[in-house]
Amino acid sequence: MPDYSWPDAGHRTLIGKRISRVDSPVKVSGQAKYTYDVKRPGLLFGKILRCPYAHAKVISIDTSAAEKMPGVKAVHIIQKSNSTIHWAGDEIVAVAAVDEPTAEDAIRSIEVKYQKLPHLVSDAEPPKGAAEAQGPISMDDIDEMLDNQVPPRQMVEQIQQYGITSKPEEETLNGLKEDGATDDVINAIRAATVHPEEGTRPKSNYQKAAAQTVGDGEKAFAQAEVSSEGLYGAPVITHCCLESHGSTSEWTDNDHLLVHMSTQNVSGIAGQMAELLKVPATNIRVHQDHIGGGFGSKFGPDRWGIATAEISKKADGKPVRIMLERDSELKVAGARPSAYARVKVGAKKDGTIVAWQSESWGTGGPGGGGMPPIPYVLSIPNQRKEHTAIRNNIGPARAWRAPNHPQAAVITMCALDDLAAKLNMDPLEFFLKNIELATKDRQNTYREELGIASDLMGWKQKWHPRGQNASGNVVRGVGLSMHTWGGRGHASDCDLTLHPDGSVDIKLGTQDIGTGTRTTILIVAADTLGIPMDGIKLYIGDTLYPPSGGSGGSTTPGGVSSSTRRAAVDARDALFAKVAPALNAQPDDLESVNGTVRVKSNPSKSLSWKEACSKLGAMPVTVRGKNPDKSKPPDLTNSGVGGVSMAEVEVDTDTGVVKAKKMVAVQDCGLIIDLKMAESSCYGALIMGISYALFEEKVMDQTTGRMLNPNMEYYRLAGLNDIPELVVHMMTGKGYDERGVIGLGEPPVISPGAAISNAVANAIGVRVPFLPLTPDRVLAALSQKAGA
Amino acid sequence: MRDDDSNKKEKQDERSGVSRRDFLKISSISVAVPLVAGPKAVLAAGEQVPVHGPGAGAMQFTINGKKYKANLEPRVTLLDALRDEFDITGAKRVCDRAECGACTVLINNKPVYACSVLAIEAQGKQVTTVESLMQQGKLHPIQQAFVDNDASQCGFCTPGFVVACKAFLDKHPNPTAEDIRHGLSGNLCRCGTYHGIQQAIAQVAQKGA
Ligand code: FES
Ligand code: FES
Repeated sequence: MPDYSWPDAGHRTLIGKRISRVDSPVKVSGQAKYTYDVKRPGLLFGKILRCPYAHAKVISIDTSAAEKMPGVKAVHIIQKSNSTIHWAGDEIVAVAAVDEPTAEDAIRSIEVKYQKLPHLVSDAEPPKGAAEAQGPISMDDIDEMLDNQVPPRQMVEQIQQYGITSKPEEETLNGLKEDGATDDVINAIRAATVHPEEGTRPKSNYQKAAAQTVGDGEKAFAQAEVSSEGLYGAPVITHCCLESHGSTSEWTDNDHLLVHMSTQNVSGIAGQMAELLKVPATNIRVHQDHIGGGFGSKFGPDRWGIATAEISKKADGKPVRIMLERDSELKVAGARPSAYARVKVGAKKDGTIVAWQSESWGTGGPGGGGMPPIPYVLSIPNQRKEHTAIRNNIGPARAWRAPNHPQAAVITMCALDDLAAKLNMDPLEFFLKNIELATKDRQNTYREELGIASDLMGWKQKWHPRGQNASGNVVRGVGLSMHTWGGRGHASDCDLTLHPDGSVDIKLGTQDIGTGTRTTILIVAADTLGIPMDGIKLYIGDTLYPPSGGSGGSTTPGGVSSSTRRAAVDARDALFAKVAPALNAQPDDLESVNGTVRVKSNPSKSLSWKEACSKLGAMPVTVRGKNPDKSKPPDLTNSGVGGVSMAEVEVDTDTGVVKAKKMVAVQDCGLIIDLKMAESSCYGALIMGISYALFEEKVMDQTTGRMLNPNMEYYRLAGLNDIPELVVHMMTGKGYDERGVIGLGEPPVISPGAAISNAVANAIGVRVPFLPLTPDRVLAALSQKAGA
Repeated sequence: MRDDDSNKKEKQDERSGVSRRDFLKISSISVAVPLVAGPKAVLAAGEQVPVHGPGAGAMQFTINGKKYKANLEPRVTLLDALRDEFDITGAKRVCDRAECGACTVLINNKPVYACSVLAIEAQGKQVTTVESLMQQGKLHPIQQAFVDNDASQCGFCTPGFVVACKAFLDKHPNPTAEDIRHGLSGNLCRCGTYHGIQQAIAQVAQKGA
């Protein structure tokens, strides 16, 4: 059995080193072509007319003027008369024209009449006694959920929880499938209990889930010697990818579609489009070289992506491009659900945490939104939790880098930090004292990481009891937070070909979303084959190549590195088998190092890589590596990491302005493939964390139901001027390397928000309940403290 | 987003041949723009003012030292002309309203947001884009420094940043950390590559570009 396991430290030539990203040169020189840059011959420009109301019925659509306009090639109604619209900015009509200005003119000429309906765009604490009852779900409800892009997981949960009103016909199920219901949803419907007598379910905006309990909350609070209560939360924020969502589609013949799409999910897009366009998935080719950010928001083709294919069909198959404008990108192309909670936590005098109680709420738009995993990281022995999901008209939520975890960190770590303050304990000691509440496997990791982070931050010198500052109006404080994530590698297939002339090519249908996937694959392959990275040609980003999972949940590094490693080991061994006779050795006595294939026991007996490959004969050798692959052990990827962030801030108590002064991230992710890129991931995450902690919020206008800041001036991202000293430390070596490869995209972005909030509380002596910690909120908290 | 009223308003504007958005863009043209196609002239505040459009007219540009011609409406921005007419796509369209810097190019060696400059205004000037920084297959020192310091992740903000950094370093060859923070605060990155960018600038400033 070939040895697929990762080489040990002494035998790694590239893995774990600091290596520059292979696609940086094309990016810094402007040569990298993103979907937005693809200009196909005869390209038509698509634009979308969007509904201005947060909740409305479409009464009539008149596109006649647009259709007559010179230069307009196709007009396509996305949502017909009678459709109900559930958020402002939803798509109504798409047009394609010879250039963008003409398409804009055409959009302006379309007349749509709407009947406005009452909307809710608030995610404030649900009123007591809000209608919460939930009846069984009808097939119309399901249709509506699909229409509203409710995530399948949530639909399944609801179907399981509430049952259905009637057993559907097979035909109905097929219809739902066509509308985009996944197999999981269909299976859940088939398995659901039918409650016909209960009639249709009330359409309340508030869905209260049954209370969850662990241990005995009441008793535990009675025993708690110190308890702390507070309000915590994080608002809805947007992904704000710099490359907006979009695609260019063209019918290369009557039933073959070529799609260039900005997506995190190259291999998965064709299947999703196929169902809706009623062509076999094999007839749809999806291609993407580079993507300008996704962060969890680009897994599906979206209505506008389907529209490009529909309009292209109407325009004789000509390529049609729709890239969202910035305002639409922020309004409709995804948002992170909000989560807020009233939390009570209790501890013994010595700081041992004994009880947790929370009433949480939040919104993910039309789909509601589940409870974040609270209490986070620490499994408090006694818990009572209630959650109310608010269904409203702010637009659909999407996975946002580490879904639900940043919110959970804010709610948990801030509540616990307040408890530490009440106990007069240094939070670092307090968390260390309670570290045994973390999952057993990670306790040592957290301990080590807290120690390292503390040294890097200078925590011992900087921490002071809450609010006890040097006098003056500018005050400093420090805070910390911990986090966890899975990150096991996804399914991935990799084809590796050795050519008799010594050239090597690798094909995977994966994508590099800025996380360095190309570089990861090349490092693994080159390290395994013993040749330089530039001796390998890598092809990714196309459905022509073997499928690889979508890039979400930090699953890509583990997936592609495992499949590539298996392919490279098999290819190398196939080569050794051919070369062995020429070197008069057994195949398993050969090794490939530094571009030579040589005999381990007698390294002077060697062939250059090129000479060795010439022994393959006339035909190249192609092997396929897979992940997972039980037949080729060991498991090369793993799940479960721990990380710590610490923040130091400065707050001006006159203006309420918070400035990050220093941030520290200490993170493990198993075996690191490229230390330089791993660190970049953490630097980037700290920066993104500063951004959502201090600036970002999707602000809705309660009256009009529209987003008030759909631009980059008022939807503020952190800029260079907001970035303090950043320190990153990656955990490597014994205890980490041998775990295998684990993804890193999500974990380091989870804690910075909570750490910054805690640092602000440490500085000003009072909790600012909700992110972002804007000057008005800081001043409000300060004046409350003064009044108290 | 428009309701019925603004719909009507746009229509009226349309009839006069100039929509509100066009008007906003046209109104920023100064009379000193070198004119390639003969414009109409109207009397405004007692002066003869040339008026372009709304139809397309011939325009000429010098981009990265090469001449380009196109027939464009006066409302077309320099960014759209570069990208859609000449397939020079290094400069990106992100906010399209002077908020992010992804579209940064140089006009007569000064950095500008190409999304907020009309193509018609860029005539007769030297337009320089990220594509011209690499010479004979060799990266410009600031580009090499971006590579060395891993200053791009998705890379969508990178071309704009590279051009802005070059212009900044030309003007401030020995910047302080404070200079860097202020001088480059007109560009935004979502992936959070600022750390690498700061290091990249420091690397070039030390060596002297
Ligand atoms: S696209 Fe020009 S500044 Fe943002
Ligand atoms: S590298 Fe992605 S936006 Fe800057």
